[in-house]
Amino acid sequence: MAATQLLVGTRKGAWIYRSDAARKAWSVQGPIFLGHIVNHLVLDPRDGKTLLMAASTGHLGPTIFRSTNGGTSWTEAERPPAFPKADGGEGPARSVDHSFWLEPGHASEPGVWWAGTSPPGLFRSEDGGATWDGAAGFNDHPMYWKWCPEDGGTPDGALLNQIQIDPRDPRHMYVATSTAGVFESHDQGGDWAPLNQGVEANFLPDPYPEYGQDAHYIALAPTMPDRLWQQNHCGIYRLDRPAERWDRIGETMPKEIGDIGFTIVPHPRAADTAWVFPMDGAEVWPRTSPGGKPAVYRTRDAGQSWERQDRGFPTEQGWFTVKRQAFCADKEASVGLYLGTTGGELWMSDDEGQAWRPIAAHLPEIYSVSAAPLP
Amino acid sequence: MIAVFIPSQLTSYTDGVSRLTAAGGSIEAVLDDLDARFPGLKFRVVDEQDRIRRHMRIFRNGDRAQDVRAAVGEGDEVLIFGALSGG
Repeated sequence: MAATQLLVGTRKGAWIYRSDAARKAWSVQGPIFLGHIVNHLVLDPRDGKTLLMAASTGHLGPTIFRSTNGGTSWTEAERPPAFPKADGGEGPARSVDHSFWLEPGHASEPGVWWAGTSPPGLFRSEDGGATWDGAAGFNDHPMYWKWCPEDGGTPDGALLNQIQIDPRDPRHMYVATSTAGVFESHDQGGDWAPLNQGVEANFLPDPYPEYGQDAHYIALAPTMPDRLWQQNHCGIYRLDRPAERWDRIGETMPKEIGDIGFTIVPHPRAADTAWVFPMDGAEVWPRTSPGGKPAVYRTRDAGQSWERQDRGFPTEQGWFTVKRQAFCADKEASVGLYLGTTGGELWMSDDEGQAWRPIAAHLPEIYSVSAAPLP
Repeated sequence: MIAVFIPSQLTSYTDGVSRLTAAGGSIEAVLDDLDARFPGLKFRVVDEQDRIRRHMRIFRNGDRAQDVRAAVGEGDEVLIFGALSGG
């Protein structure tokens, strides 16, 4: 068993929690950049020490901070993600409001990072996050303004909210957006094609369009990277490539719970296993735990069935939500699961979701939680 | 030289200094001069399309500037503020 660190981004700064080897006792470092809106804080798995943080504030523009000493000191990116100056072409002049997702590049490309932004943009760094350039293959795609219309936002703006890289091939990538669903590239972002067959968009005249879906979260199964999991605005889906049509595996969730949520977490080894944290998507979309009874649901058969895991959570009057990046797993033999809530609580399970206990409370609204082994 | 006021949101860039001087014939040139000395400061105030960010305010001699191309001259004062930005 190894000690674990949790990298927590919130609406008001970042915190790092570090466990003992048993994952029972946790120490805290923070706040880091108190008052900054931290959408994502990620450790580079290739060197085990570089941290990248996507930050902005209510006043100040967006930037990226880097640390190579466990968050003790930070250096700002020399050139954060930014769109080129507008040249009078199609669409309004774009400026990055915030970086939302940070993705370490392929294992064969040390120093390469990718970032997804709001408004939707894909950016790449080749120097460990010091300087960033737009990926023109997405940002200047002839279909960009169809895929990413100006008014297509979430309350915090339209997003390119996930980037996934095939561990077998750095040229093979997927991205998820809040405006047009999932896209695939076979040439490392040079060109992109929608990958949304079978995925519902019940807020559009054509409920099964080629693009226009709101892909809340996608994840590759780590040991079976032809398998994609998706928590969509309209349900839970699975896609096993080379198929192109997603299966709505959320149909097997209990009807009174539904299959709406923000995030889905694959098991680090068992490719048929994943966890979701459902939220109430009925009527006016409260986006709270259904019935005020928070619970994780797990499938161990690729979505044919789901089991409720709620031991330790409030049994009533628990109305929190878990946002896109705020649910994750470690890679221990008994997988640890970690989630952060909109109410500023950090929860964990060290037995693959069977029992839950709080690690921390009274934090600001949690935007992201990522787990990594302590060096 | 231009007298410049730096708001609290940006003093992490200026070693805690809130009043300093800068050179330039426009607000943009003043920001460029500051950015050369305090790297990263300008992009936190002005976006990549040269627009003053939504919750930042810049005043020249007490008048609000809407455009970074606004001229400034010797002896002028440029005030940068973080305006209201929500809870």
